[in-house]
Amino acid sequence: MSMAEPRNLTANSAVPTRPVYEIARLSKTYARNSLTALTDVNLTLYEGEFVSVVGSSGCGKSTLLKIMAGLLPPTKGRVVLEGKPVSGPRADIGIMFQQATLLPWKTTVENIVLPIQIREGRVAAKAAIPRAMDLLELVGLGEFAHVYPGELSGGMAQRASICRMLIANPAVLLLDEPFSALDELTRDFMNMELQRICAEQNRTAFLVTHSLAEAVILSDRILVMKPRPGRIVEEILIDLPRPRTLEMVNTAHFGEIVSHIRDLLGKEAFQ
Amino acid sequence: MNITPEDNEDTVWVEREAFIDRIPRWVAMLGLAVLVIGIWHLATEQMGWVSPIILPSPGETLSDLMGVGLNLLNRGYMLGALWTTTRTVFWAFLIAAGIGFSLGVLVGETRFGEKAVMPYLVAIDTMPKVAFAPLFIAWLGFDIASKVALATFIATFPIVVSTAAGLYAASENERMLFKSIGASRWQTLVRLKLPNALPFIFTGLKIAAVGVMAGAITGEFLGGGQGFGALIRESASMLDTPRVFSLILYLSLLGLALFFTVAWVQKRLVFWNKGDRPGGVT
Repeated sequence: MSMAEPRNLTANSAVPTRPVYEIARLSKTYARNSLTALTDVNLTLYEGEFVSVVGSSGCGKSTLLKIMAGLLPPTKGRVVLEGKPVSGPRADIGIMFQQATLLPWKTTVENIVLPIQIREGRVAAKAAIPRAMDLLELVGLGEFAHVYPGELSGGMAQRASICRMLIANPAVLLLDEPFSALDELTRDFMNMELQRICAEQNRTAFLVTHSLAEAVILSDRILVMKPRPGRIVEEILIDLPRPRTLEMVNTAHFGEIVSHIRDLLGKEAFQ
Repeated sequence: MNITPEDNEDTVWVEREAFIDRIPRWVAMLGLAVLVIGIWHLATEQMGWVSPIILPSPGETLSDLMGVGLNLLNRGYMLGALWTTTRTVFWAFLIAAGIGFSLGVLVGETRFGEKAVMPYLVAIDTMPKVAFAPLFIAWLGFDIASKVALATFIATFPIVVSTAAGLYAASENERMLFKSIGASRWQTLVRLKLPNALPFIFTGLKIAAVGVMAGAITGEFLGGGQGFGALIRESASMLDTPRVFSLILYLSLLGLALFFTVAWVQKRLVFWNKGDRPGGVT
């Protein structure tokens, strides 16, 4: 097992790929209560890679994701996506939240082209509709394009929000506990869907999650974070073969990885 | 004493539905009306417990109701009075909606409005607004303008408050989504916050619909003129109680018409708000 080794290549290919997102010496201090949310975070996402961050509540993982999304300014450090510093929300950042957050007065397909409508206007949004339909087919929602979100189930709504995230063809996908509000069966299914979509489109993804099993089944690498102050304490390469299947959860190796992470986090929880 | 049932015996446990749940709504409403009118009839015509000057019998009221109805149908003077009150109510509602919505957006969307304007609005709202009626009459005369002003004044505040509250109703997730897709403040207001505020705004409009009626009639009581309020006051001063009753009934039809118009527009416009939204969509 290659746990805790210093890494220089991605787990799913022997060839080093292009760096997409580079973060170095990042720290975040909230001036309001002089709380250090993040300190000295260094992280590089390579093209086509799936990286997760796990940690207890308050370890700064959501802060990290918001900084990466351009929703929060960093206090110090380097935050660069595709060679350009991130200084605000950008069209090449796709983001997905715990809630699907579809506007109930717009149909599914109108919701999916919303980012285009906001950034480029009505005409561009209309032109993007065929692409939105293709994305809906990709996630198996083709026949629900013209219904209102009130008629979608929780899992369907999250699939629609995957499409909304992909519509602008972003360079990186930021996933903030995207399926944690779904029931367990739907969540497993959605995780497999997410893996398929990322593989088909060679997406670079960054997932924040509470669920160790979810992180292990999806990721090439897992970053373990600890709070007070928020920092990355360990990086774990997941060498399970791809494509991952739900059956892998029952293998001994999977169990070893999960319990290794749990030990890391557990020590902190009882301090 | 309980006896353990035989193996082949089903457990019978019938849940009884209450009587009120088994009858249709109109039966319940009709039943209540019959009961109330019955007691009314008993107390007036039948037993004479109450003097006709204080409370006319149902029969008297009904015949006067038909008299007023005929006058309205034959385009008598009462139709003119009803038309005056209708115009007052219509203009007051429109102006209150315009001012209330604008102030509501100012208060709900800007820090200045929230910090500087809202305290004054609350202060004015707590005043007994009817007390301003003599001022409006002094400023605007005995014509319909002073009544419109009073009705507008009464009806504006619920719209301000509900609009402002509605603008806060967008969830944290929705705001973050709009921020992440690079929406400007204007886009966030128009594409997210206002549609979200619509159910709240309509609640305010419904309260205002009731408010303009009260304001218009109060204005006509105090300032005279041609409206239904003036007719009611005249009839009351002549102790024509059946007439007062029937005028109030026709007036309430005007209020109902306004209220249900607002409710109908709400149903068309806020089509997505059908009670609970399924999980994950909010």
